[in-house]
Amino acid sequence: MSCVLKATDLGVSFGGLKAVEGFEIEIGENQLMGLIGPNGAGKTTVFNLLTGVYQPTQGDIQVDGKSILGKKPYEISQCGISRTFQNIRLFKQMSVLDNIKVAYNQNMKYSLAGGIFRLGGYWREEAQVEEKAHQLLEIFHMDHLADHVAENLPYGQQRKLEIARALAAQPKVLLLDEPAAGMNPTETQELMETIATIREKFNISILLIEHDMGLVMGICERIVVLDYGKILAAGTPDEIANNSKVITAYLGQQEEAAC
Amino acid sequence: MDLIKQLINGIQVGSIYALVALGYTMVYGIVKLINFAHGDFIMVGGYVALTVIPVLVSAGLSPWLCIIVAILFCALLGMATERVAYKPLRGAPKISVLITAIGVSLFLQNLFMLIFSPNPKPFPNFLDYPPLALGENFQISFVTLLTILLSLIIMVGLQFFIQKTKMGKSMRAVSEDPGAAQLMGINVNRTISVTFAIGSGLAAVASVLYCSAYPLVEPTMGSVLGLRAFIAAVFGGIGMIPGAMVGGLLMGVVESLTKAYISSQMSDAVVYGILILVLLVKPTGLFGKNVREKV
Repeated sequence: MSCVLKATDLGVSFGGLKAVEGFEIEIGENQLMGLIGPNGAGKTTVFNLLTGVYQPTQGDIQVDGKSILGKKPYEISQCGISRTFQNIRLFKQMSVLDNIKVAYNQNMKYSLAGGIFRLGGYWREEAQVEEKAHQLLEIFHMDHLADHVAENLPYGQQRKLEIARALAAQPKVLLLDEPAAGMNPTETQELMETIATIREKFNISILLIEHDMGLVMGICERIVVLDYGKILAAGTPDEIANNSKVITAYLGQQEEAAC
Repeated sequence: MDLIKQLINGIQVGSIYALVALGYTMVYGIVKLINFAHGDFIMVGGYVALTVIPVLVSAGLSPWLCIIVAILFCALLGMATERVAYKPLRGAPKISVLITAIGVSLFLQNLFMLIFSPNPKPFPNFLDYPPLALGENFQISFVTLLTILLSLIIMVGLQFFIQKTKMGKSMRAVSEDPGAAQLMGINVNRTISVTFAIGSGLAAVASVLYCSAYPLVEPTMGSVLGLRAFIAAVFGGIGMIPGAMVGGLLMGVVESLTKAYISSQMSDAVVYGILILVLLVKPTGLFGKNVREKV
């Protein structure tokens, strides 16, 4: 299996604090990987490193064997890494359809002048994007909401729209930051199905941060556990569930609570 | 008949306010900065046109081309100002950027006083075409007609650009959340540059139209016109593009009617009075949205 996203010895420190140190990950094509860890372990920091929001102070990140180190976030997005956010960050005042189109748009070629004077390329590409955006919304069963303003959607739909928007950027790897946060069990169940569907339909790799153990154990092929910025363990869900270090650091509170 | 004349005058001057207000509002929308140098871009546009017209005429070209030259020059000036003065301060406290904007404004005014002397210079009337007659003793001058039509076309075109093109959508996305926008593959710096270029280009159009109607150019002309347009932008709801258009037009009409029927000295008082009333009732301006912070 070829490796789509690879991070070696990745680390970042803020002043004296080593937020992430020696982080390694290899995500293969169409693989679904989970990233878990207690609060403050550095999971979102890893996402910020992978998407270029933070510049790593050590290590390397490669997409399809090419280093993306030093690239700006928008360039990394164009290289094929796309993400959602822990706290939803949609373009709230824009319509559902425009939220999708704005992400698709970045792959369009027509020039600024073409847009102003509405040259041929403008019409052609805009029509394509419009169609693609509707198709994408259909996959998420949201096409009937296309003209709604994003902020008026219910919470669960906003989460779904954010995933759809990330997909519209046409990534090779999709990073999902706590997609089930704040969802009720039914919505979480639905989300698991959505994630399975998009993985199949778009043939992409997914890296998932999640606190919902049921969700992570249920759908991930491999799991990486992070604690205090370092990798504590990595392996299949079964291996992780039975790893004593993980149980002590992460699930270990059960024992204490039992006292 | 007189009322209609005054209304048309008001719409003419209002269209100019609206064009300038659009620049304020677009820049505010995307970087949350009141670009106080924007008014001075109008002045620069005036001087560029003034300098270029004789050159164009002696080269046998149409003086109309001065509009294009002024647009290009001001667009570049706007982009350069952003790059040199505002971009290094991104992330700095708002007040620092605001003071920098005032600094840029003073710099431009004094630079042009140095180059062109502080004395007003007459602007060549290259739009000297016969007025359009609408019935007996009622005619609209060519400049008025051109101002109103051109502004209308630009405003409709701009609305289309913002709503329908990829750059327009990127601009809206950046204005809402630059962080999320860049992670969706939007080049935020380029988007901001384009916004400054368009805003400053509009100021250049306004400049040529204004100088044709009131044919004097001086280094400080930007402050008054810029202030009026800024107020128009606040009036309509700063950051809101339709707000800038309506705000500008309303201000122009109110000003013109006050001058005609109340007193020409009172026009500012009435305009500012209305502004205060509107802001008392609707602090975000006519088109502004109430942003409620969730706690």
